[in-house]
Amino acid sequence: MSAPEQQRAPALTVQHLTKRFGDRVAFGDVSFEVGQGEVFGFLGPNGAGKTTTVRTLSTLIAPTSGSATVAGVPLDPKHGVEIRQRIAVMPEAPGLYLKLSVAENLECFAGLYEVEDPAERIDRALHAVSLADRADDPCGALSKGLRQRVALARSLLSDPEVLFLDEPTSGLDPVAARDVHDLIAQLRERGVTIFLTTHRLEEAERLCDRVAILNTTLRMIGSPEELRERLFARSLVIRTRAPLEDPEALFGDAPAVDGWRRNGSGEYVLEVSEPEAAAPAITRALVEAGADVLSIAESRHSLEDVYLELIDQDSELERRPA
Amino acid sequence: MSWRRIRAIFRKELREYRRNGAIIATMAVLPVIFVIEPLIQIFNLPAASAHTLLHKDPLLYMLGIPALVPAALAAYAVVGERQQGTLEPVLTTPIRREELLLAKALAVLVPALVISYALFVVSIVAIALFADSAVASAVLRAPQLIAQVVFTPLIAGWSIWVGIGISARTNDTRVAQQLSVLASLPTVVVTALIAFGVIHPSLKLALGLGIALLVLDRLGWRFVSALFDRERLITGTRS
Repeated sequence: MSAPEQQRAPALTVQHLTKRFGDRVAFGDVSFEVGQGEVFGFLGPNGAGKTTTVRTLSTLIAPTSGSATVAGVPLDPKHGVEIRQRIAVMPEAPGLYLKLSVAENLECFAGLYEVEDPAERIDRALHAVSLADRADDPCGALSKGLRQRVALARSLLSDPEVLFLDEPTSGLDPVAARDVHDLIAQLRERGVTIFLTTHRLEEAERLCDRVAILNTTLRMIGSPEELRERLFARSLVIRTRAPLEDPEALFGDAPAVDGWRRNGSGEYVLEVSEPEAAAPAITRALVEAGADVLSIAESRHSLEDVYLELIDQDSELERRPA
Repeated sequence: MSWRRIRAIFRKELREYRRNGAIIATMAVLPVIFVIEPLIQIFNLPAASAHTLLHKDPLLYMLGIPALVPAALAAYAVVGERQQGTLEPVLTTPIRREELLLAKALAVLVPALVISYALFVVSIVAIALFADSAVASAVLRAPQLIAQVVFTPLIAGWSIWVGIGISARTNDTRVAQQLSVLASLPTVVVTALIAFGVIHPSLKLALGLGIALLVLDRLGWRFVSALFDRERLITGTRS
C-alpha cells in the first residue's frame, strides 16, 4: 500500500468482536483492522469461526459483543442497509437460481443493488470472469467451477468497497482457481479491499498482504513474512558431502550463530540471528576446514508451517489437563 | 422502501414459477377442483329449481381458489430459497426484509388473482351461455359477483401471509406447503358454508369479513416481517 492509502480510514475495523450461539463461542474477542485496498487473508481450521465472522461483518448475524466498522459504517442494526450497499459477499456455496440463466441471475442482483445501467454492468462483470458467451445458459447447466465464477461476477456488480470472498476457490480445478487468483489480483489493483477466507495456504501466501489466523480467537496477524519471523527462528541449512569432523568447533563460535543441530537428513541446521552476516563467515570456515560444501541456504518456512505450528499449539493446549 | 429492489425479486419469482413444473401443476390443478363442482351443480339444475339458488351462492365456492392456490405457492417463498442456498446471497444485498417479503407476496398475489379472476370470468360466461336462463339469472346476481371480486384479493392476501409466515419458520418445503394449505382450510370452510347456504350472507357480514381480512392482510405483513429472523434463517439458531 502507498503512504496516502495507509493514511485513509481502514476499510474494516473490528474491536473485541465476539459471537456466541448459546454456550458455544463461534469466535471470541477478535480485533483487527484492514486497510483500504488491502487483500486480507482469514485463515483457520473448520469450525474456527471464519464464516461466522464474515456473516457478522456482512450484517447477516448480530455480534454478541464488541464493535466494528465496515466500509466506514458502524456495524449495528440501524446501518445494515448502508453497509450492505458498500460491500459484496461471495459465500462458499454459489447460491444461484439454477432455473434462471446467468444473465437473469445477475439481472436480479443488479436490481437488488440498484446499479445504474445494469445491462452494461452485467456485461462488464461477465467479461471479468470470462463468461460473456455463457450469459444465456441456465445456471443449472453449468459446472461447479462456472457457477463459482457466476457468483464472483454477481459480487462484482455493485463495485463494492469491501469484497468478502468465502473460500472462493473451494472445489475448483487448478486452472479455474488460477483464474480466480488473477481476478483477485486485478481487483486489488483497482483498490478493492478484499477479505478472503480460505483453507488454501499457498493461495493466502500468494495473494494476501496480511493474514490473520483464527481458531475461535485470533491467534496471529501480520504479513506472511512477519508471521514466519515471529514464530520461527531464522536458520541456515548446510549440506556437506561427508559429516564434519568437529562441527562444534566450526559453528560454536561463528558470528550470529545462536545454536546448531543435525537434522534427520544429515544436514546441519544453524539458528542464526542475522543470516546475512552468518552465511559468509560460515562458508569461509567450512572451506578452510576442507569440507566439501554442497549447499548453504536460509531455511524458508512456509505459511503452512506457521499455520500448522499455531494449530498444533492450540491442540496441545486442549489436550493438557486443566 | 425501494420499489426497484421489490421489482427485482418479483420478476425473479415469476421467472422461477414459469420454469418450475410443480408450481405450474399446482396453479393448474388446484383451481379446477373449485370450478368443476359449482358448474356441475348449476348445469344440472332444472329451471323449476332455480328459486332454490336464491338461498345459495354456489359461485362463492370458487373463493377457495384464492385461499388455496397462494398458500401452496407462498409456502415455498422463504424455505425454498433456504433449501437451494440462495437466501444468503440475497440477504447480503441491501434489500430489507419487508421489501423481500412484499416482493414475494406480490409475486404470489398476481398469478393467484389472474387465475382466480380468469376462471371466474370463464365460469360466468359458461353459465350465461350454457345454463338454463332462469338458473343463470338466479346465480349471476350483482351482490355475489361484487363479493367475489372484492373478497378474492383479500382472501388471497391472508393466505399469502400465512404461507410466507409458515415458510419463514419451517425447514422443509413439503412441510411448509402442507401446513400452509391446512392453515387456509378455515377460509375455504367459511366460503363453502356461505356458498351452500349454511351461513346466510348479508351486507353486514360481508363488510365485517371484508374489514377483518383487510386488517389481517395489513398486520400479516408486519407480523411475518417480525418472524423473519435473518440469523435463524442463515445459521439455524436463534439470535
